[in-house]
Amino acid sequence: MNEIRKVISVIVINEDGVLSRISGLFAGRGYNIESLTVAPIPESEYSRFTIVTNGSPRVLEQITKQLHKLIPTYKVIETQDVVEKEMALVKIPLEGNLSGLDAILKGYNGIVANSTTDSLILMAVDDSNRISNFLKIIKKFKPTEIVRGGSVSMEK
Amino acid sequence: MKISGSGMVIEALQKEGVKVMYGYPGGAIMNVYDEIYKYKFKHILTRHEQAAIHAADGYARASGEVGVAIVTSGPGFTNAITGLATAYTDSVPMVVISGQVPITMIGTDAFQEIDAVGISRPCVKHNYLVKDVKDLPRILKEAFYIARSGRPGPVHVDIPKDVSAQIGMFEYPQEISLKTYKPHTKGSLKQIKKAIEAISRAKKPILYLGGGIINSGASDLVREFAKLTGIPAVETLMARGVLGDKNPLLLGMLGMHGNYASNMAMSEADLMIALGPRFDDRVTGRLDEFAKHAKIIHVDIDPSSIGKLVDIDYPIVGDLSNVVTQMLDLAKDKINPVDYEGWRALLKRYDEIHPLGYDNNSDKLKPQWVIQRVGEILGEKAVISTDVGQHQMWTAQFYPFSYPRQFITSGGLGTMGFGFPAAMGAAEAKPDKVSINITGDGSILMNIQELMTSVEHKIPVINIILNNNYLGMVRQWQTFFYDKRYAETDLSTQPDFVKLSESFGGIGYRVETKEEFDKALQDAIKQKKVAMIDVVVDRLENVLPMVPAGGTLYNMMLEYKDQS
Repeated sequence: MNEIRKVISVIVINEDGVLSRISGLFAGRGYNIESLTVAPIPESEYSRFTIVTNGSPRVLEQITKQLHKLIPTYKVIETQDVVEKEMALVKIPLEGNLSGLDAILKGYNGIVANSTTDSLILMAVDDSNRISNFLKIIKKFKPTEIVRGGSVSMEK
Repeated sequence: MKISGSGMVIEALQKEGVKVMYGYPGGAIMNVYDEIYKYKFKHILTRHEQAAIHAADGYARASGEVGVAIVTSGPGFTNAITGLATAYTDSVPMVVISGQVPITMIGTDAFQEIDAVGISRPCVKHNYLVKDVKDLPRILKEAFYIARSGRPGPVHVDIPKDVSAQIGMFEYPQEISLKTYKPHTKGSLKQIKKAIEAISRAKKPILYLGGGIINSGASDLVREFAKLTGIPAVETLMARGVLGDKNPLLLGMLGMHGNYASNMAMSEADLMIALGPRFDDRVTGRLDEFAKHAKIIHVDIDPSSIGKLVDIDYPIVGDLSNVVTQMLDLAKDKINPVDYEGWRALLKRYDEIHPLGYDNNSDKLKPQWVIQRVGEILGEKAVISTDVGQHQMWTAQFYPFSYPRQFITSGGLGTMGFGFPAAMGAAEAKPDKVSINITGDGSILMNIQELMTSVEHKIPVINIILNNNYLGMVRQWQTFFYDKRYAETDLSTQPDFVKLSESFGGIGYRVETKEEFDKALQDAIKQKKVAMIDVVVDRLENVLPMVPAGGTLYNMMLEYKDQS
């Protein structure tokens, strides 16, 4: 069956061990995790997980149901009508020709987040697939380190 | 009332109506044991933690109540894991309490420290590490509620030693409502109506009955539904006893060792009405050929069970008692049992062509005969536990189960060593029945130490060992699929089971003939003591029919002729 990419948000009670319940579920049942981000929802007892996964339709349905089955799970959001964004940080050496960097950063909602005498840290925030493109293009500046943040999403 | 965390545990157990708990003490759980002593709470000391969990499990399966067990930290808890996984796979309600090193020492690799909730997480419905005594009453209340509601399962509560010593306010919540956990118990009426429409259109419907019926207490309703509609039925291993052996609509058990008529019914049906089963691979065989002509109605309280392996045409999430009640109402004017007369006749014919059987004229004692004989002698007067292997399948095939909760077996996990302690729990739950453990010479040695528990607490479990000097089921697969290379399955080196039992203070019999077996069983029933009946059976008997793993249900191996 065809593998489909899916973004699932899970609202859970923010309690001890909840991250391991969710990651353990994925590991134990052999589901894929492309990325997973988690943070508390301000002024509430909940945390929000954004999980990007892929699998056949049957597997994706099971993932949703199994997530829902966890006792601390309040809500599983599986609508794909979402704004999905990802952040990336890239460190490049301050050497050679940096022409074109400005244009690339502009194209991917990027900025220079930090600079030292011998390197720059670039930051870009964009759709996940565009971040992948950004990281491909930025290769020509010979990055020494790349950090992807994982997707976060919000229903429209 | 201000009491210690340990006192809260006992108070909560009393409030939950717990009559007995099984366990084994140790350092980190001593505070609670001190309260067990002071309260004179009924506690049965098993001789291994695994057996404590299985005994609580057997008690829960036989009674329908929540089973309770208690163990210490570290190795006490790791020993309990097999028991938890066994109960989880078969959806058995239990609360298991473990001691933990004091909170101040967690994470320091302290003596007998292990990340208990980390280990139990995939083996339980839910678990808790109690970090403050003020949370303990709520957690215990939640633990019992979660264990018995929805799809039941074991819940694990890990209590550090300083928490069980702490003094706190004990107010036990009367009611409970969890924002994040609300099982769907009422089925959608719209879906149920559609399902009934589908049944009324079907020519060859089949009822596929699973263990969920027993958990829901819906057996009587299902019997009524079958009778009203005249739809033939097959049972899974976990559902044996739902319809009762004498029910003319019951074809038998289906699956890998199902009978011919049951597996053919599934293969030829045009509509499957699945009530609380989970489409286990031992039932379905090859999935793309499983019931391939049938539309499927699936009723289950666990949404994740529906559509997990097979696409479902009519999914209904709900408690079977509610859903079948509604189905009965709607079926009354819609479904006529006469419509299925031809279908029933065909299935009857199938059963006549290939009935379950064995060669009863052999001079060797056949294991199937032994089970049938126990059925003739005790019938409904026995509650039957088993271990895992050939004897388990023969018991499922040949014992005349007549009511739910009569058969106690590790279905999903297939845990050898389950039978004896589970039979101890069943004996406690059903004191008016004879508790029988039908076992094999492999399985019985996996929790043999429970002879001591049974002697001490006068638990009259009768262990019937179908002794073929083999790890029989594995030997059978080696015969069929591994060219008779019997790797590590010859168990000819054995103890003297009679002396073994006697050395613990139990009784023992070794029997080689039908007459000896009758005498031994009658005597063991009379003596009301833990017993071992070591029955020498035909060494090379196979469990048949057999659908090889991954095979199709309609291609059963019906007999095995030794070519060499």
